[in-house]
Amino acid sequence: MIASERTVVRGLRAAEETPRRRRVDAWVVLSYALLTLGAAAMVFPFAWMLLSSFKPYREILSFSILPERFTLANYVEVVTGTAFPQWLLNSVIVAVGTTASVLFFCALVGYVLATLKFPFKNVIFILILSTLMVPTEMLVIPWFVMSAEYGWVNTYWGLMFPGLIPGFGVFLMRQFFQTLPRDLFDAGRIDGVSEFGLFWRIGLPLVGPGLAALGIFAFIGNWNAYLWPLIVGQRPEMRTIPVGISNFSGEAATQWNLIMSASSLAIVPVLIIFLIFQKQIIEGVVLTGVKG
Amino acid sequence: MTSTPPRPRRSLSLAQREALWAYVFLAVPIAFYAFIRFWPALQSFYLSLYTWHVDPARRTFVGLGYYRELLENPVFHQALKNTFMYAAITVPASMALGLGIALMLQAVGRGRSAFRAIYFAPYITPAVAIAWVWGWMYNYNYGIINTLLIEWYVFLERFGLERLAIDPQRFLTDPSLALVSVSVVVVWQQLGFQVVIFLAGLQGIPRIYYEAARIDGATPWDLFRHVTLPLLNPVIVFSVVITTINALQLFDQIVNINFTDQGGPLNRTLSIALYMYQEAFGRARLGYAAAVTVVLFAIILVVTLIQLRLTQRRVEY
Repeated sequence: MIASERTVVRGLRAAEETPRRRRVDAWVVLSYALLTLGAAAMVFPFAWMLLSSFKPYREILSFSILPERFTLANYVEVVTGTAFPQWLLNSVIVAVGTTASVLFFCALVGYVLATLKFPFKNVIFILILSTLMVPTEMLVIPWFVMSAEYGWVNTYWGLMFPGLIPGFGVFLMRQFFQTLPRDLFDAGRIDGVSEFGLFWRIGLPLVGPGLAALGIFAFIGNWNAYLWPLIVGQRPEMRTIPVGISNFSGEAATQWNLIMSASSLAIVPVLIIFLIFQKQIIEGVVLTGVKG
Repeated sequence: MTSTPPRPRRSLSLAQREALWAYVFLAVPIAFYAFIRFWPALQSFYLSLYTWHVDPARRTFVGLGYYRELLENPVFHQALKNTFMYAAITVPASMALGLGIALMLQAVGRGRSAFRAIYFAPYITPAVAIAWVWGWMYNYNYGIINTLLIEWYVFLERFGLERLAIDPQRFLTDPSLALVSVSVVVVWQQLGFQVVIFLAGLQGIPRIYYEAARIDGATPWDLFRHVTLPLLNPVIVFSVVITTINALQLFDQIVNINFTDQGGPLNRTLSIALYMYQEAFGRARLGYAAAVTVVLFAIILVVTLIQLRLTQRRVEY
């Protein structure tokens, strides 16, 4: 192709492309505009909650966007006037304890199902998966009957036992262990590594991303849980944060400044965790959502 | 190979050893699933056949009596109807918005992950506290939404355009509006989940399909209709099922957004889960409540089976 021809072709192509590129640019601009609008709608409730939480009661009832008189009194009242420190402690114990169990047992069961050979393996796996179809609502009544019988009501064990080995976690960890070559474990076995060592020292370090995703979900899920803690943690000192906040807000009636401080105390720590682990959390959702 | 040499005894015992260890590791999990998952699930069926009493000896067998009551009880019917309405509103709304936002996120370069994080944040925050925040925004007298509606009216009045104004609404106490108001909160909170998985799904579609279609003269709408949607199908099915099951189990938001009249006004926001809770723990009718949960289980089972059917079809093509 001679040079002049090439120039002509390039010119033609450019002429062809210009309108499309302009249209694409318009779409990008429109996207930015709409996304910003949407993002404002997502952020607004949080912002309004925080702003309201810093206002004195009088200001709550008169319309002002920013607090005219910024006060921390609401927070002081929520924290000192309630058992909030106790609820916080309860939530931490329940969420950390449950998460530790979820990580250990889901990984162990996932490992066994993915790498070991034994009779009834598929039956066991399908039975575990089938529990995913049973809604929590169906289990809370028998769990409560059981807890009343064994004295688990108003205990940490009572709050934690239903979520110790979720089927979803087993499924997730099995997926991760399946990607590891079986030779890896056979080699370890020949080198005299114990069966538990194969899981603990060889398998576990290789499924870090899976453990991270599972751990974060288990923690947040238990931190936010409401239905079961509401049923089993009846005494005020056994409430978790969601149950405590809910009761407190119900009693505060129209003192919305106090209710918004209480809500902030429940929401802000989760938002901070989210900001820190944003990448892992979103990757975890993608992992479990799209590939799972 | 025609003749298989006899397997050495040692390898056989290795296989047995492996199976033995597998069961040692599974001992605690199997006990957990048996006693905490399967036994209670079966017990729900059993409890639904008896009147409730703490002492098992004093429970009276009523057979399918509670199920017969469910067929006739108007409050349960309302709860059932509301629950289906929640699904019918929140599933399509969050799918459409989620897909739209994901498509826009794919178009923008800079700021994509920041936007994605902002949309996702509400999804992981406690629904209980979120419900109180929205309850405050929806407040009839002092809520920000009605305040803004009034400001809007005042603004329009200056130009003589009052007809364009919207009256302040009783978002949570107007029986015809309350369910929609709660649904808005649910969509707001779970939208980010849809955005994240749709965006991942979109990013998984090879560029080359779009380029090939474009060379064939496809318009942007053609691309969306004949490339994006079919290839996104598995993600869409998954997402529909997850949001449907979530909608069928709504509880936290409904209890807290209208705390003094839970499920109200006139039971118009009552969900199956809340109805079960009220019957079991408010009226101590655990047997009847167990029957309610059995019905909920059946509904969720049907949804899950439909999902299995749909996802299997995808594998074929």
